[in-house]
Amino acid sequence: MERFIAIVIKEFRQILRDRLSLGMLIIVPALLLVLYGYALSFDVKHIPTAALDEDRTKESREFLEGIFQNPYFTLKAQLNRRSEIDELLMKGKAKVAIVVPRGFSEKINRGESATIQALIDGADSTTGSTVHGYLDLIAARFNRRMVEETFAVRGGAVPLVRVEPRIWFNPNLESSVFLVPGLIAMFLMLSSVIAASLSIVRERERRTMEQIMVSPIRPIELIIGKTVPYILICVLTMVMTLLLGYLLFDVVVRGSYVTLSFATLLFLFASLGQGMIISALTNSQQVALQVATITTLLPSIVLSGLVFPIKNMPQIIQALTLVIIPRHFVTILRGVIIRGAGIDDLWLSFLAMFLIGLVFNLVAIIRMRKLL
Amino acid sequence: MEPAGNRNIAIETRELTRRFGKFVAVDHISFSVKKGEIFGFLGPNGAGKSTTIRMLCGLLKPTSGAGYVNGIDIAREPEAVRQVIGYMSQKFSLYRDLSVIENLRFFGSVYGLRGKRLDDGIDEAFWRVGLDGGARNRITGELSGAIMQRVALACAILHKPAVLFLDEPTSGIDPAARRLFWALIQDLSAEGVTVLVTTHFLDEAEFCQRVGFINSGRLIAIGTPREFKEEILNEDIFELTTGFEHDVLSRLMKIAGVADVSYFGDKLHLFADRGRFTTEFLLSEIQKSGCAGCAVKKIKPRLEDVFVRLAKSQSAAVNNN
Repeated sequence: MERFIAIVIKEFRQILRDRLSLGMLIIVPALLLVLYGYALSFDVKHIPTAALDEDRTKESREFLEGIFQNPYFTLKAQLNRRSEIDELLMKGKAKVAIVVPRGFSEKINRGESATIQALIDGADSTTGSTVHGYLDLIAARFNRRMVEETFAVRGGAVPLVRVEPRIWFNPNLESSVFLVPGLIAMFLMLSSVIAASLSIVRERERRTMEQIMVSPIRPIELIIGKTVPYILICVLTMVMTLLLGYLLFDVVVRGSYVTLSFATLLFLFASLGQGMIISALTNSQQVALQVATITTLLPSIVLSGLVFPIKNMPQIIQALTLVIIPRHFVTILRGVIIRGAGIDDLWLSFLAMFLIGLVFNLVAIIRMRKLL
Repeated sequence: MEPAGNRNIAIETRELTRRFGKFVAVDHISFSVKKGEIFGFLGPNGAGKSTTIRMLCGLLKPTSGAGYVNGIDIAREPEAVRQVIGYMSQKFSLYRDLSVIENLRFFGSVYGLRGKRLDDGIDEAFWRVGLDGGARNRITGELSGAIMQRVALACAILHKPAVLFLDEPTSGIDPAARRLFWALIQDLSAEGVTVLVTTHFLDEAEFCQRVGFINSGRLIAIGTPREFKEEILNEDIFELTTGFEHDVLSRLMKIAGVADVSYFGDKLHLFADRGRFTTEFLLSEIQKSGCAGCAVKKIKPRLEDVFVRLAKSQSAAVNNN
């Protein structure tokens, strides 16, 4: 126990003295969260849009007004001829051109379905499909209002089945609410694995390991003693990023903080274990850093469900994601933060992280023992 | 195998061997070191000195053979060995980013020192290695090589080890600091600490009570520095002052009874079987061989001569096999 405490104190002293690494551990995740939180937004807003009203009736005007009342579309140009559209889209001055054709109001008043035309710049496919979705929604709303008005004029009841799309948990479909928990998992994964992976190999590189090895320190004391300070720092990072998520992106933790803390500790148990394995297997800090980055960055972006839904992946890849620590942490964070879920709901992910952590730490200790 | 019952023995090895793949770094080495003795391991780089020390400290497992430190089996109870030894290696291996006192605190508490015992231990270690209070709060990495070396020694003796292993402790520091360092070692030995030290500075052998000469993994000879000079090498050494003709070495080597000739500054050192030549007889033999204008003087062997000869004759023996 004395030896263990001695290591913890020593590690803390070194971390605190090494301002750069400390900054890396705490500030960088916060900075990245801000950066990615804004940049990685999947929301499409203020799309530059051109409008061509060929019908020039009350209805067509109403329809177009309806479009530009919401924040998704911004009117960039009011056109007079179809020939203008081409140039506008080509030059990228507008991403969408909406054309209300002649006869729009006539058809509506006759009760027939009317068509409008939307020309979308498909170069950015995400924006394209989002625009398509928005327009569909706007058209549906417009239809409904027209129908209601028609019935109201006739004085009858409204026999329509109103389908009101209500989106749960993320009512505004803000992708940041969805993204922030995932980003927190990713940054915590990166910083914890990198910090841990450097910890032992640094001692080997600076030859201080020898002095440790001739002392009565046991491998398990060394590994746990080195882990504890990083756990505390990563918890601090977690608190900071959550706070930033709340302040900047209105991400509120709906679930319990106890569950969240427990999940974080379990996650750190696993991720620091992964870092320790890397540290015990590599011979230089440079190699350790590279291995740590490769084994965390890519999987936590690609395989964690942060960006790409796991359900859409091929079976083999889906199975592969099970050994990826951030995959489980992302699931838990999203569950706890967005849905307010508890352990009863997420126990599988908790268990998975625990098992991964157990295996990683055992391997690290066995490997350390061989080194001693 | 059990360690020798002799309680005066601090270190003992029996046929200690370490291979790295096919390479035999340490080849069946057997020796023992008495309590309180300064035992020097000498030999060229790569001879196996460090490997032997690393096995005795428990940093490396022996491939075969046995070793005992303070009567404790190094293979069976490496953890018990670690409690009784201090170790200082050729490369400074303390934390450069911590202050001197922080390093000492850490290593002290690693050995179970706490509170007043820790503070007293640190004070004593400081006093022993002759460091003043000013160095305490300096960052270790900013110290000069000689001061660092003393801090490392302070760390190694903090827990009052019975046996001190010093692996090339004086490499990279200036001669004056080396002398001072050896004085510290001598003090420790006087108080009963056993010291096993490796060095490739041959002159440092004079500071050791006994010396083991190791080459290509084999322990070639053990003895006091005096024994090395007077007995171990069974050859006389003559100093030759001569004009340097290109074939002088080969001509001299042809004289029967001459074991070796080598340049030594602007002179030659000639090694001959003990008692074979008097100065006059050698001079006449040399003149017969055709080297003119030669002056011969019999000299006392210096350790360097002896070690160089030992290394050379061993390599020759290996090659003949």
